[in-house]
Amino acid sequence: MLYIKCPYCGLRAQKEFSYGGDATVKRPNINEEVSSEDWDNFVYMRKSPRGKHIELWQHIAGCRQWIKVQRDTATHEIFQTAKVTEEIR
Amino acid sequence: MSQPFRLNKEGLINRNKKLSFTFNGKKLFGYEGDTIASALIANGIHLVGRSFKYHRPRGFFGAGVEEPNAKLQVEFNGHSEPNVNATEMELVEGLSATSQNCWPSVNFDIGAINNFLKMFFPAGFYYKTFMWPKSFWYKIYEPFIRKAAGLGVASIEKDKERYEHKFEYCDLLVTGSGPSGLASAYAAAKNGAKVILAEDKPRFGGTLLTDDVSIDNLSGKDWAEKIITELKSMPNVTVKNRSQVFGYYDHNMLVMFERVSDHLEKKSKFTPRQRLWYIRAKETILSTGSIERPIVFGNNDTPGIFLSAAAKEYMKVYGVLVGKKPLIFTNNDSAYETALEFKKNNVEPIILDTREEHSSELIDEAKSKGIDIRFSHGVIVANGYKKVKSAKIGKLNKDKNSFEKIETVDCDCICVSGFWTPSVHLASQSGNKLKYEEKIDAFIPDKKKQHETSVGAANGSFTLEESLKHGFENGSNLSAKITETKTEISIPNVNEKKYGAHDKFWCMPLPKNENPKRFVDFQNDVSVSDIEIALREGYRSIEHVKRYTTLGMATDQGRTSNLNGLQLVSNIENKIVPEVGHTTFRPPFTPITIGTIVGREVGMEYMPTRKTPMHEWHEKNNAVFVDAGAWKRPRYYKLGSETLFEASKREAKNVRENVGICDVTTLGKIDIKGPDAAEFLNRVYTNAWMKLPVGKARYGLMLREDGIVMDDGTTTRISENHYHMTTTTAQAANVLSHLEYYLQIVWPELNVNVVSTTEQWAGAAIAGPKSRDMLSKLYPDLDVSNEALPFMGYKEAEFFGVPSRIFRISFSGELAYEINVKSDHGMFMWEKMMEVGKDFGNQPYGTEALSTLRIEMGHVAGPELDGRTIPSDVSLNGLVSKKKDFIGKNSLGREAFNVESRQKIVGLIPIDRKSSIPEGSHIVQDQNAKLPNPKLGHVSSSCWSVENNNPFSLAIMKDGKNMIGKKFFAVSPLKNKSIEVEVISSHYVDPEGKRVRS
Repeated sequence: MLYIKCPYCGLRAQKEFSYGGDATVKRPNINEEVSSEDWDNFVYMRKSPRGKHIELWQHIAGCRQWIKVQRDTATHEIFQTAKVTEEIR
Repeated sequence: MSQPFRLNKEGLINRNKKLSFTFNGKKLFGYEGDTIASALIANGIHLVGRSFKYHRPRGFFGAGVEEPNAKLQVEFNGHSEPNVNATEMELVEGLSATSQNCWPSVNFDIGAINNFLKMFFPAGFYYKTFMWPKSFWYKIYEPFIRKAAGLGVASIEKDKERYEHKFEYCDLLVTGSGPSGLASAYAAAKNGAKVILAEDKPRFGGTLLTDDVSIDNLSGKDWAEKIITELKSMPNVTVKNRSQVFGYYDHNMLVMFERVSDHLEKKSKFTPRQRLWYIRAKETILSTGSIERPIVFGNNDTPGIFLSAAAKEYMKVYGVLVGKKPLIFTNNDSAYETALEFKKNNVEPIILDTREEHSSELIDEAKSKGIDIRFSHGVIVANGYKKVKSAKIGKLNKDKNSFEKIETVDCDCICVSGFWTPSVHLASQSGNKLKYEEKIDAFIPDKKKQHETSVGAANGSFTLEESLKHGFENGSNLSAKITETKTEISIPNVNEKKYGAHDKFWCMPLPKNENPKRFVDFQNDVSVSDIEIALREGYRSIEHVKRYTTLGMATDQGRTSNLNGLQLVSNIENKIVPEVGHTTFRPPFTPITIGTIVGREVGMEYMPTRKTPMHEWHEKNNAVFVDAGAWKRPRYYKLGSETLFEASKREAKNVRENVGICDVTTLGKIDIKGPDAAEFLNRVYTNAWMKLPVGKARYGLMLREDGIVMDDGTTTRISENHYHMTTTTAQAANVLSHLEYYLQIVWPELNVNVVSTTEQWAGAAIAGPKSRDMLSKLYPDLDVSNEALPFMGYKEAEFFGVPSRIFRISFSGELAYEINVKSDHGMFMWEKMMEVGKDFGNQPYGTEALSTLRIEMGHVAGPELDGRTIPSDVSLNGLVSKKKDFIGKNSLGREAFNVESRQKIVGLIPIDRKSSIPEGSHIVQDQNAKLPNPKLGHVSSSCWSVENNNPFSLAIMKDGKNMIGKKFFAVSPLKNKSIEVEVISSHYVDPEGKRVRS
């Protein structure tokens, strides 16, 4: 079970969180024209990297905040966690 | 009642407390502190089981977790448990043990015929034999193999015991209380660290209990006791015996299995049987020690053959002799300690040492005590079927591949030692890539992936001095990093015997024309020739050899067989062991009970039960409940001997004719506040929300970004910046997360807050033509006329002195209202409604009637919004705004979503107006067409229309409304039904929606 550092609550067990997918995907702006390709990329296309991956998790059984987690998909090592408003590099 | 193999004084057992038990029906006794194994050996019993494949007689081989053979069916404290390791299970009064995998008895086992047919059962036998003909698999082969497989019998009784889970956090977890573990725990504890020390055996000390050593002038055992006593007195230390750390998981989470009360004769009702610990450790010390490995020779599985250290443990810990005429067969010095221990107890051993004559501290001591030592010797084959009687021994030539001299010597046990294998299971599980250590012919931990450090024998250091030094240093350094305190500890003086070098020898050659079985893996009956066959047949990867031969795949995880198997493969393949590599170590390290994994999550505690505030009333009034997620909802209220069908028809009919009330507390409720709430709802829902006035509700539809309908429900504007959203019961949690996602990540600029209020409000729907009359009695001071409270209207008013919210919304399609009060007032509201409703023919209705009402109205719910439908599929395209953007809008333009023939919602009635159509039926043109019969759609929801008194269904069907008037077949192979149906509109009752507005 992973040990995830919620930027608001501190280190918590994985069972308090739910997974939310790739955090680097950006939704096209609302009320703006978007090409079919950009839209498809947003809705469907995801990379499945082996290694570092920035992803979203929600602390559903805690503060209910969505957070960013940089995790190694092969080893589960977590390098960094951040608020969604912050950048992970 | 004498015990012929029990020593008079030696051992740590309590001779003052006799325990009686039975083995295969025979009444025996042992002492407190015995294991089943030690008690049986004391009674001279060695034949305890039959092997897995060949049903060969098997006895004890080890004295702990390494035991491959002695797995018994054990009954105690009201349990019957299969595959219990006799070397680990402590003896309790009244226990009854029986042998497994034998019939009719362990002494005379019919299955042993396999042993004489062994040439027909080589590696891969099952893979090769049970392939043809294919049709034989289900009826003949599979039942046969299933019957032959497995060892003990699982109980079919309900487990009445209590099992617990515990979550713990610590600075340092130490796994194993041998010298290095004790030293680590002690040093860390002195630094103020929070320490957990786990020992799988009942007694602490590991090898200190059996080795002839002294530390600071104390015997090993006394030193261990001194340290444990001090550790137990420290508030920052938790010391646990009978506790096996069996799994190393991500982020330094380890899982431990504690046998809390299996050894107790009596215990309190609330003492759990076993406990599972989830331990999150900042650092872990793996002081798991090492396990002796055997040397492979002919018939090396005969009862009476032991690991040499096990023989010593039986003498030193249990005061039991494994035999009175022992042969010690070794390639190293450690077995000399066993020989000396025998000698001390007046038993004359013969030592067969594969090494050439040489000298070391131990050899010299054995010589001086007059022990018969034969260098360059080894056991070729053990004689005796159910017990060792003699051994053919041979003098090895210089190359150790043939014999200079062969003779037979009498013996009643053979104690074998092929050197030591560090227990690297936990290190490997943690992700540590092991490395091969030439010096000890075994793998040891290398580069770590997690916060773990192996010390002592687990790290390949086999001397006490080194083990203690490693332990103290690592315990101190690792904990000092955490506590930032360092207490100086002087490393104690050690007195131990110096060992000479071991011989890299692991398998005895066979003389010409002799071919006894030489077992590598006892538990799975894998012999040298099986591995040879696998390699001959082309298996190269050790992982493949393992799977083909099942080497190391038994419950002992190959603890005594893995390295010998690797040596064999490397010899045949002419590779060195590190090139062959090792197979993967996986948790659990030892078998654990299913009960422990499940813990308290059984029966009612399996998952939380959500009950509405009116639940007790429903119970008292014969409600039959249905699970809706974790919620319990009344499905129908049973009157007399009514069936579900009859009751739901009565309830639904009463709503259409009079009035009914329904508990709708379970609907998801989300409170939405903030100046941008309208803008937010406008983006979340497909329809327009900017102009909804205060005091009005609106039905809304939510999509996922891929255009598929996610949920529907009504949202009411309570005040300028305050909305009350409802969701379906099933989607409540998902919708909340969905809203939070958009507010926190996508549109953080919107000033809106959302919070779940599902549990805060109790809800009741009042539906039916008489609902307004009933409402006016519930709110005598309120104007509830159609003008004052129109369809989709909202009012706040006192309900008999209690604040309440009135929504004029309808799921049933009738004139209807929903009243919400604070949860605490839910029961009050419900009882008042039942009281007032009497005059109007009010009856409560459950979810089954609710479904009937919504289906005949053509209102969609979960079965239609099944994650595949877009708004136009379910006739809700009128709710999709063309003017504004919203979540999922861009996806609605996709080509496949706009094909005319796309499956859409329709209604179905049976031609005979009688046969109900099973949900899930497929719609086909021709019920007799050749398979695969093209499917035109499926039946999503079915009911008995109370309005028209015949069955009616909703279906999602190709070409949708264009099919109206045509006839098809609804076929359910599952129910074995085919019903001719006619397609009609999905709005079967009141298609204009007049009633809700009346």
